[in-house]
Amino acid sequence: MLIGIDVGGTNTDAVLMDGSTLLAQAKCPTSPEVTSGILSALEELVGQQPVGRQIDGVMLGTTHFINALLERRDLCSTAVLRLCLPATQILPPLVDWPPALRDAVGGLTFMVPGGHEFDGREISPLGEEDIRKAAREMHSKGVQSVAVCGVFSPVNPEHEEEAGRIIRQEAPDLRVTLSHQNARVGLLERENAAVLNGSLLRVAERTIQGIRQALTSLGISAPLYLSQNDGTLMNTDFASRYPVLAIASGPTNSMRGAAFLSGVEDAIVVDIGGSSTDVGALVRGFPREASVAVDIAGVRTNFRMPDVLSIALGGGSVLEGDLPRVTGTSVGYRLTEEALVFGGSTLTASDVAVAGGLAELGDPGLVKHLDPSLVEASLSHLREQVETAVDRVKISAAPTPVVLVGGGNLLVGDSLEGASQVIRPEHADVANAIGAAIAQVSGQVERVYSPERTGREEALSEARNEAVARAVAAGADPATVELLEIDEVPLTYLPSSATLVRVKVAGKLAHA
Amino acid sequence: MWQVTEDNVESIAIGAGILGTGGGGNPYVGQLRARQALRQWGPVTVLEPEELPGDSRVICVGGIGAPTVGIEKVRDYQSYYALRAIEEHTGMEATSLISNEIGGSNSVEPLIPAARSGLPVVNADGMGRAFPQFQMKTFFVYGVPCCPMSICDEKGNTVIIPETISPIWAERLARAVTIQMGCVACYAVAPMTASQVQETAVLHTLSLARDLGDAVKLARRRSEEPIGAILDTCPGKVLFTGKIVDLERHTTAGFARGSVAIDGLGCYRGEKMKIEFQNENLIARRDEEVVCTVPDLICVVDTDTGEPITTELLRYGFPVTVLGFPAPQLWTTPQGLEAAGPRAFGYPLDYIPLIPEG
Repeated sequence: MLIGIDVGGTNTDAVLMDGSTLLAQAKCPTSPEVTSGILSALEELVGQQPVGRQIDGVMLGTTHFINALLERRDLCSTAVLRLCLPATQILPPLVDWPPALRDAVGGLTFMVPGGHEFDGREISPLGEEDIRKAAREMHSKGVQSVAVCGVFSPVNPEHEEEAGRIIRQEAPDLRVTLSHQNARVGLLERENAAVLNGSLLRVAERTIQGIRQALTSLGISAPLYLSQNDGTLMNTDFASRYPVLAIASGPTNSMRGAAFLSGVEDAIVVDIGGSSTDVGALVRGFPREASVAVDIAGVRTNFRMPDVLSIALGGGSVLEGDLPRVTGTSVGYRLTEEALVFGGSTLTASDVAVAGGLAELGDPGLVKHLDPSLVEASLSHLREQVETAVDRVKISAAPTPVVLVGGGNLLVGDSLEGASQVIRPEHADVANAIGAAIAQVSGQVERVYSPERTGREEALSEARNEAVARAVAAGADPATVELLEIDEVPLTYLPSSATLVRVKVAGKLAHA
Repeated sequence: MWQVTEDNVESIAIGAGILGTGGGGNPYVGQLRARQALRQWGPVTVLEPEELPGDSRVICVGGIGAPTVGIEKVRDYQSYYALRAIEEHTGMEATSLISNEIGGSNSVEPLIPAARSGLPVVNADGMGRAFPQFQMKTFFVYGVPCCPMSICDEKGNTVIIPETISPIWAERLARAVTIQMGCVACYAVAPMTASQVQETAVLHTLSLARDLGDAVKLARRRSEEPIGAILDTCPGKVLFTGKIVDLERHTTAGFARGSVAIDGLGCYRGEKMKIEFQNENLIARRDEEVVCTVPDLICVVDTDTGEPITTELLRYGFPVTVLGFPAPQLWTTPQGLEAAGPRAFGYPLDYIPLIPEG
């Protein structure tokens, strides 16, 4: 049996799963320090646990790390060491950061000789002495972590690894983040991701420790895993070193949960929550990833992130006007006090859904007075908002199945323009926690190869082996690891056929 | 005379994105580099081409390489090194710098060596838009020699090409050198005279880029419609408004080729537009009828924000407006069209000049 937990902004959802069967579910308010909310949800679940059955794993998706960055709370002071000289000096590390966050991480940066060309040649030999000197300075200034970023380290990680070894010799207490573990080609974005990661290391350790204690107090000794942004899992050992990879797992988990609950692998998923709706595309059961830079707390990054369009529409959305329209505000968790159906005085999206017979919620008698033509018009308006979002996210013009999940999924009816069918699976309201519970473990690798130098097959199999090794290191059972995608991008404006290849694999969790 | 400062470099980058007609590379890194150089070395003075003194020596600098590599091994001060190298080789000191290409990230390249050396830049460029290859510059079409030229990397390597039999050969040789240098190099070409610039450059394009960017930013701030603001700044016409419904791309010989299909919205409902691109947008067809061809500018912008969309960022579902602008006159003569008309890109089509609205 597996437990899946999704810590959202408003609610903490938890599910107990036996294979593909949902045994129990719980919903509790999210607590500021996260752990006590999780504990309440788990207590509720454990009460419903079948006797004599053991829990094999606990999977957690959380918004805690992103909140720590947004609030600049408990961040490690993090130095940046870029291996690059003589290249790239015009744009020093942290160049485009919001000043408040740059100050929160300390702003100590170094550039030293090292790094590689696109084809793996050295830009210059690694500046060992400079690194030793920098490490001593970091140590003497009381820095807690360091992000190491080498030019083209996704193509050749040797310099980053060697720099990490040198730093550990000089300053054994410094926590080290190597950028090639985090993200893909794109120097500033990858370096930024590594710095964010470094700053989150202490929060990650504390959170993971807190949840472990909560589990122990309930007699659960199963291993704990964290959901990553791409919907796959990492064990806590890996997660405590690379927390940034778990920064935005919410939308991914609900999309993976939607794929699982509906049995559809290629679809558009619409997750309607209390105040917002996330719309994303599922491709072979996984969320399509964003191809453009992703802004995290005002910092430009290029993580493996799902390509999700968020619109301000949810069950708590406030409607105003003669022809009621969503206003962009939501009553959020106060829905059960402020909505008309709960005796409040605010017209919300949920009220018109109840009045229109789409949802059963609160007291339908309290919305009887609403003019049916207005209700009809409001519901069309809500539907059109969702249809527009679905249309923007679709990969092709052909009608596609649409899977509706989330607590607010009843706001829209069973027919949507552009949808070949609308699927509203059972347990749609806890799709996110289910997505966490069923997650696989992945590994991803990016390489540039020149067909003139290395054969395509050789390059691909090398990349694939490396990706499998990463998946296994992150906790996957080697026997179940499968290829998810190979992406080949020829480098433009070059007459040679140098190609960027990205390989992603995933497998089932290896149980201890 | 005006100045480029940290504050107006963003406007120039937005305008350069529009004039980039879908190509010209990632504008983010270029803009950031220019901003840093201006922050470190101070503002850059812009000279109007008409004001150039008779004894001017104007050096054209630009970046050459792969944008996909440039986002990782960020270009450094290579264009400054290339400037110094060509000065030394020719024994002539530059009096001002000029952009090779106003479209895309190359538009701001001269600002970096200009800031560092204290030299002014000329309000003009060699394309008036973006094109993929070195030889596609009005300078060379109208007889300015493309050599000697220098190519520099960030490591201190310099290559001088003293002489080639044609600008196309300069492109071939420079690109081969660039790959060995690690795909992110800069070049500088031997000085032009004031009259060469006045006769063979596309004039007043740096201020045009700035004005376009200012107009878009102002429209956004006032929540006004940005398309009108763009057309008020640069005469042209709306070719189409709609939503991207299909995208096809492949890469051959270093070029991102492909096409994008757009379904009409508003007064274009029921119609389709197809744009063919090779790094830049080259041919626009409305319901099979050719409505705009290279060298006229075909620009795809976000309908809501006016943000230019490069061909690598085109995606299904984007609401876009397609704008057409007439090419600079230097491109519409027989020699201009031979170098950069539809047939130069392999299309069996004649150039049909675009007539701006109003």
